[in-house]
Amino acid sequence: MKRWLTLAALVALLLPLCAWALSGEEVMQKSQAAFLYPGKDFKARVLMKLISKDGQVRVREMTLLRKNMAGPGGEQKYFMYFFQPADVKDMSFMIYKYPAKNADRWMFIPAINMVKRIAAQDNRSSFVGSDFTYEDVSGRNIEDDSHVIEREEKLGNRDCYVVKSTPKNGDADFGYKLTWVDKVNFLPLKEIQYDKKGAPYKQYSADEISEIKGFPTVIKRTMKNLQTGHSTSVVYLKADYNLGIEDSLFSERFLRQPPRKWID
Amino acid sequence: MRTAQTGARAVALAASLLAAAPAAADLSVSGFLQQNTAVNTAGANPDGRDYKWQEERAQLKLEATGGAWRGYFKGDGYYDNLDRNGGGDVREAYVDYTGSAFDLQVGRQVITWGLGDLVFVNDVFPMDYEALFVGRPLEYLKRGVDAVKLGAYSKLANFELVLEPKFRESRIPDANRFHLYDPMPTVSNRETVKPSQGDVGLRIYRDIAGYDAALYLYRGFQRTPSMRPDSLTAPTKITYFYPQLSTYGASLSGQVGVGVLSLEAAYYDSRQDRSGTDFAVPNSQTRLLVAYQLQPWEDFTLNLQYYEERMQDYGAYLASLPPGFPVEKRWNPTVGLRATQFYRHQTLRVSLYASYDTSNDDRFINPELRYSFTDRVWGAVGVNIFGGKPWGQFGQLVHDDNLYVQVRYEF
Repeated sequence: MKRWLTLAALVALLLPLCAWALSGEEVMQKSQAAFLYPGKDFKARVLMKLISKDGQVRVREMTLLRKNMAGPGGEQKYFMYFFQPADVKDMSFMIYKYPAKNADRWMFIPAINMVKRIAAQDNRSSFVGSDFTYEDVSGRNIEDDSHVIEREEKLGNRDCYVVKSTPKNGDADFGYKLTWVDKVNFLPLKEIQYDKKGAPYKQYSADEISEIKGFPTVIKRTMKNLQTGHSTSVVYLKADYNLGIEDSLFSERFLRQPPRKWID
Repeated sequence: MRTAQTGARAVALAASLLAAAPAAADLSVSGFLQQNTAVNTAGANPDGRDYKWQEERAQLKLEATGGAWRGYFKGDGYYDNLDRNGGGDVREAYVDYTGSAFDLQVGRQVITWGLGDLVFVNDVFPMDYEALFVGRPLEYLKRGVDAVKLGAYSKLANFELVLEPKFRESRIPDANRFHLYDPMPTVSNRETVKPSQGDVGLRIYRDIAGYDAALYLYRGFQRTPSMRPDSLTAPTKITYFYPQLSTYGASLSGQVGVGVLSLEAAYYDSRQDRSGTDFAVPNSQTRLLVAYQLQPWEDFTLNLQYYEERMQDYGAYLASLPPGFPVEKRWNPTVGLRATQFYRHQTLRVSLYASYDTSNDDRFINPELRYSFTDRVWGAVGVNIFGGKPWGQFGQLVHDDNLYVQVRYEF
């Protein structure tokens, strides 16, 4: 009996320690929840600048709508409506993202008034020509990589976990990546992707974080290709959460004719 | 000149409509300036010119929204440097109302149905084939219809009903610019009779287990004309007309394996000649499309397409065909592809469209290079290459190969 009590006391003592010691995978799960799943839904006007090595700028401007259909890591629906550049104005784009299977994607082409499904097996491909991939925008499956906490360090004045994520299969375009995850709000503050030869390849940074309806939100971010010098900066204007976006928005009907109230 | 007047009137009408819109309405204005030229590469036009197209064009797009109402106008003014001179073209002009479970759109609008890439199974709405063959931008492939479109949305299914009070035909290439096959070239007295009635179409669609499913019904007319001579032995006059047509079709598309599979079929009921014994009216037929789209690597998309047309009453067709007319095969299987690769952060696009009809050698190849110089200026250069038998859809255009250039400034 005494032995059991000792054991129980030991377990009770160790418990808080265990709770604190997150695994790499748990850190990345919390990070995904904080970065890509906050709120029931989300809306932002997105201003994206593609900046070439010699400083030439191209602008992509869209409204981004997101609705969670399940909890963190679960199904989500995305809707995008383009304002700029002029040759894609009024074009809209819809994604049904599933946790462990290829996403469904549709595009509306206003020039011929046609809605079309598009093939989407490559999540590592560029999003609208930017340095961000589809996965950078809507998330990468946690299970696709193995995650290890390399170290804990300060980034600026924020305490961070530095997590090394290595793809389990060789199909990714990177060899591994390091992510600096804020210990308090779990947002990714910095990420460096290394190519398969181990050279730094792409660098992401969260440049401005703002709290919106209680959710810390990265409202300014940059992705730089360290090998070509090309970079993309993204600013969220008018970001907001829990607006009550209806399920019916994510349909062919509204892809053709997005309701004004959701895309302003 | 008449088109210019119609265009001007439409612009004035749209302007007054927009002016009358509630003050709270939110108005957006955009448009473009464009130059488009196509030069012959395989010989002169029938009219002796070396150009298929040489045109400056300006487009104005106006959109006004107020509550559930929206007004939309898209109109062009152009100057054709060959033989058509200046004019106006109302591309789209409509008002729409969006309710919770239904919407209504009234006016000139572009309607596109079906899944084919430059093959049309259930897309029974008017096309502009001339635009396709001279290398005009994609949007000019479709012609608007003056129609009332009613959409209704429910858990069971969604419905799109299109009522077109006055029939509008597809535009076929101009005989002054294209070498079109003509079985009776000596008959110069020709007239065109357009249907006095309109037409109606219904599309019913919904999701079925992750696949997009649709049914299509149409009752109206063929959009391209048929020709009837007043006599087979000594013709003095040819009448072009648009035979009655009904179509019944279905489509399904969704992810299969790594790509998107599209299936589409339709039965073309040639109502004017169900027995197939009138040689001037197209035989009833079935159309079938199977397409598979995949993305093997970043910024590269490949669409493979199989399309077929099959005549319903082939025996009757053969028996009624006058001597001297080309004999078509019963079954026309066509294979096609479109390959698209982007470079330079998706500002440079290299694409290839090709189709080949295995029954009669009919073929069409269109490689194109398109570059966005800035966010406002883009240009494209491409070639249209045709081949096949002298009476085939593309074969007759064998002397009409052309190289085209499009440059557009958008504002």
